[in-house]
Amino acid sequence: MPLVCIGLEKEVCTLHVVVFTRSTPDTAARVEVGKDGSVTWGDAAMVVNPWDEYALEESILQAKNAGGKATVIAIGPEQHNDALKHSLAMGVDEAARVWDAALEDADSLAYAAAAAGAVKKLGDVDLVILGKESIDVGTDQHNYQIARKLGWPMLSYVSKIVAVDYSARTIKVERLLEQGRQIVTSRLPAVISVMKDINEPRYPSFIGIRKASKAVIPEWSLADLGVSLPPTRTRTLKLMNLPAREGQVEMLDGTPEEQAAKLVERLLEEKVL
Amino acid sequence: MSAVFVWIETFKGSASPTSWEALGAGRLVADKMGVPLAALVFGENANAVAAEAGQYGADKVLVCDDATLHGFRLEPYAALLAKLVMEHQPKAVLAVGTTRGRELLAAAAADTDSGLLTEVTSLEVQDDGSIRVVRPVYAGKILSEAAGSPDGVQFLALRGRAFKANVPKPDAKAEVTAVQPALAEDQIATKIEGFEEETGTVNLTDAAIIVSGGRAMANNPKEAPAGTANPEVWKAQDGFENVLKPLADVLGGAVGASRAAVDAGYIPYAHQVGQTGKTVSPDLYIACGISGAIQHQAGMRTSKVIVAINKDAEAPIFKLAHYGLVGDLYKIVPALTAELKKRLGK
Repeated sequence: MPLVCIGLEKEVCTLHVVVFTRSTPDTAARVEVGKDGSVTWGDAAMVVNPWDEYALEESILQAKNAGGKATVIAIGPEQHNDALKHSLAMGVDEAARVWDAALEDADSLAYAAAAAGAVKKLGDVDLVILGKESIDVGTDQHNYQIARKLGWPMLSYVSKIVAVDYSARTIKVERLLEQGRQIVTSRLPAVISVMKDINEPRYPSFIGIRKASKAVIPEWSLADLGVSLPPTRTRTLKLMNLPAREGQVEMLDGTPEEQAAKLVERLLEEKVL
Repeated sequence: MSAVFVWIETFKGSASPTSWEALGAGRLVADKMGVPLAALVFGENANAVAAEAGQYGADKVLVCDDATLHGFRLEPYAALLAKLVMEHQPKAVLAVGTTRGRELLAAAAADTDSGLLTEVTSLEVQDDGSIRVVRPVYAGKILSEAAGSPDGVQFLALRGRAFKANVPKPDAKAEVTAVQPALAEDQIATKIEGFEEETGTVNLTDAAIIVSGGRAMANNPKEAPAGTANPEVWKAQDGFENVLKPLADVLGGAVGASRAAVDAGYIPYAHQVGQTGKTVSPDLYIACGISGAIQHQAGMRTSKVIVAINKDAEAPIFKLAHYGLVGDLYKIVPALTAELKKRLGK
């Protein structure tokens, strides 16, 4: 769904979109806790956080359609440059990475403060697009906290951008909630998080990959952003492997009718019906 | 008021059933800390829901039935929760981590510079007042033990179906106090323009029973009508509607799907279970024609009882399942539906 520019001539219809991403282990990776208590994923590749692909695609579409630009930002050490280069190869215009030793044990509040600082440093941002969640940390809480630290409205679970009205400075979106679809408008600037069904992320082109490989990605410290972190209020004590599943699978044989009868018998015994 | 706060989520003036789970967890935390349990009810019909909260174990209820709070919007809800947290300095704030619960707690935690732990599956209050929790990370492939700090207000978003609600006591009453909203309508940047409710479907994350279909849904023996552009998709869609849904219906459950089935266009994305879909934890999960890729397992492995129906006896799903049925789902599922109708007297 292309962006609809209302109220201004196409030539002056510009938009600065910021999108955040990070590198996470490939979704097929077997993630485990090693003997030293740290996370390992064998020789599985690091990929762009799968949810971010939809945010990256949407930022490219929106920026292109409005004749504006998209900037991608990662917060983390150098390994996250891979996700940034993938983003550039897809067609995002510019990239930056925020890192500081003080972010080493950052919780979501510190992450959000740094992210909001980066958006403020860019200055002219109209829209921040985020993936639904980060699979490594297993949460989406930083999304909402970025919006609050910016003081901008937050529209989560967006399945479609219906329109952007430049003269009124508003955005209209469709959100996918538990009970159905909601249509909602908000003023800009705003933060949105997008769902899987908003688009089909593109693969990086050959030319895009070549261009991205040469890109020099600036690194910003917290001092560059003028951000001081809020106190850390949560800490991870340890990581654990999942408890092994107890018992063996019980195979139920026979004709389909016999299998069905045996299963219903077991389910009644288990009291799950 | 030193207390433990629990936000009661409502939809169209009724409490979401999982909210009472949060109140159950809140009761444990409040008792251990020796403070009262206060429920927060915002929105339409708040007073009736407040009375119900009393029956489910709340000592106090703070209610705000203001027009700005009819229909959930993050800004007025978060501003009000943050205001109440600043005023009352509760020890902890709990809610079930639904789509609304997660964003509300995250926003109010940010506004008050408080710590937040989400997707909490178990919790324990330590002697120093910190709350220690277990939560899945890396898409449910490993677990993290984490703790909040007793120096601040500890926000916890709970995984749905991980905690038990208290049995309601019809005579129990909570002390109800009305509070004022934090924002007026002209201070709110978002406006709801419409809502298209999906009726007749059971919400996946709340469902006690889920029947899911995978790629093998395309093996429907029924013939697609002549001229159907994509017979494979037609067969799979027909199978979801006329074979899986009747089984889900007789069980009072919801229909789920694997990513392969969603990507092939067999069923909408809202039904997807797994790493890039929904994480579910029902009492009973029946996987039909799903091989059980690691991404799918991540979304359903905490289900209490897992049943796998698959033609391929070597499919990885059988390693996770409690009961395995090797065979054609198009033969087994109808037999299962018929057997259940007979046994459950439907």
